[in-house]
Amino acid sequence: MNKPVDIKITDMKERYKSGVLKYKQMGYWEPDYEPKDTDILAVFRLTPQDGVDPEEAAAAVAGESSTATWTVVWTDRLTDSEYYRAKAYKVEPVPGSPDQDFAYIAYDLDLFEEGSIANLTASIIGNVFGFKPLKALRLEDMRMPTHYLKTFQGPATGIVVERERMNVYGRPLLGATMKPKLGLSGRNYGRVVYEALKGGLDFTKDDENINSQPFMHWRDRFLYCMEAVNKAQAETGEIKGTYLNVTAATMEDMYERAEFAKSLGSIVIMIDLVIGYTAIQSMAKWCRRNDMILHLHRAGHSTYTRQKNHGVSFRVIAKWMRMAGVDHIHAGTVVGKLEGDPNVIKGIYDICRENNVPKNLQHGIFFDQPWASLKKLMPVASGGIHAGQMHQLLTYLGDDVVMQFGGGTIGHPMGIQAGAIANRVALETMVKARNEGRDIWNEGPEILSQAARWCQPLRAALDTWKDVTFDYASTDSVDFVPTPSVA
Amino acid sequence: MKITQGQFSFLPELTDDEIKLQVQYALNNGWAVALEFTNDPHPRNSYWAMWGHPMFDLADPAGVMMELKACREAHGECYVRMLAFDNVKGWESIRMSFIVNRPAQEFGFELIRQEGEGRQIHYTLRSVTTAAIAAQQY
Repeated sequence: MNKPVDIKITDMKERYKSGVLKYKQMGYWEPDYEPKDTDILAVFRLTPQDGVDPEEAAAAVAGESSTATWTVVWTDRLTDSEYYRAKAYKVEPVPGSPDQDFAYIAYDLDLFEEGSIANLTASIIGNVFGFKPLKALRLEDMRMPTHYLKTFQGPATGIVVERERMNVYGRPLLGATMKPKLGLSGRNYGRVVYEALKGGLDFTKDDENINSQPFMHWRDRFLYCMEAVNKAQAETGEIKGTYLNVTAATMEDMYERAEFAKSLGSIVIMIDLVIGYTAIQSMAKWCRRNDMILHLHRAGHSTYTRQKNHGVSFRVIAKWMRMAGVDHIHAGTVVGKLEGDPNVIKGIYDICRENNVPKNLQHGIFFDQPWASLKKLMPVASGGIHAGQMHQLLTYLGDDVVMQFGGGTIGHPMGIQAGAIANRVALETMVKARNEGRDIWNEGPEILSQAARWCQPLRAALDTWKDVTFDYASTDSVDFVPTPSVA
Repeated sequence: MKITQGQFSFLPELTDDEIKLQVQYALNNGWAVALEFTNDPHPRNSYWAMWGHPMFDLADPAGVMMELKACREAHGECYVRMLAFDNVKGWESIRMSFIVNRPAQEFGFELIRQEGEGRQIHYTLRSVTTAAIAAQQY
């Protein structure tokens, strides 16, 4: 048996003696490796067990996420195993966290099946997260080469075509999630949809856990919702949509529900992240074939995205979802009730919306990521936001976003329509002021309060929620802070 | 009813000075401003009549305001909207859209329901104005 030393063994006879080697000896640590343009790159945050060398830990992650097993196998010699091995090529300490390191790993394109998120993730996050020599492991970011991206469909509709279909330009879209989440009958549920759309929202939304329960079966919901959508369209002259959640137990059920939504003339359907990557890709292809916008609710993601030391960063999930082909993704609000550091959120929004995302460590972006003309993915800001924050929301999130005010619409003291009016007036007022060149970050509250003089529903919204903020420290923040440059 | 298409329909009608500021914003972004008009504001009526081409290479919003004045004089009883076109790669579509003229009276739409099988209803949105014009013609 070889003595475990820390260098790659190049003598093949020695290398393939039966027994256990360090991953570095097996060849998974290649500090001189220059990543190829075609390689898929990943950066992991490692928290090695005490006494485990970070380079060996990185090599182990590379090994276990590609070709390795725990012991030497002679069958490696039947393939070009050097070529198939993932290569850990860089380890850097995490600023401010002495027990953690960033490990950079390169994977050859031939390790992956084209166009399959399931195959990609089975390698990259398949085995390694339970690996004993590591206390914790987090996938921070990935670089997808153009060659690989071009094997994916990308968003079924994309931001530009969605706007053309909706006939809405120049402002964020507005939505609301129907509340209470559970328990309304189909008829009552449709009432909430109608009031919100008539009032001025573009979209209403089923919540993640509205599927087909005893209190409201899916067909009943779809029928009443489409009555609401069409009535609101007739009374406003605008295109309206309601995200009909087709999440179900089987693909057959989901296709059946999606087909029914299509036959009723809905422009949008919805799925939950918990249906899994393959089901998401199937629905994205169905949506491309059927001119349907696909809304994704990220149900379940916080179980693995929120803690900084373990799991998968949401920016990676956002990348996978742009490849998988959804059109909407919940991506944080910064100011609302759910997790969201401004820099992290900026990085995620860039991943969704830009043609080309340059490396930017302050936003948590570790690699240049050109998107190879995959369509743009519309981020959705939802969770504890209200009209009084409009200047902050517009500054942080920009124009291409769906702002969803669920409680902020339905909980309005003058009713649901008034809630929708308040949000729409606040939004249009703020967009107009920004375009006029005003400093909305500082003048925002004054701009809203001026509009509230002629808009009673906005006045009531501002009075009701004026002091509501969710000011807690983020658990998922960036590690790199700007270094002051010498002027 | 007031049709609420466009990005500023929930605000009081924009004054010409306010419209000019929006045009300036479009020009600052390198977008070409265009005017279109129609008597049929059906939300699926994508192609309103063009009041000339989008105004490429324009430096001063005054040019747009002159065209807007002329368009209003010719089609005061129509809806007129202002659009901004962005030709940058990856967008290549409209960036702004807002109504800058409305007819004195807005008649809106009739919602026609056709009952189908399985409780399905097939909806048709019919513009009252175009329906009236059609009725006069035949």
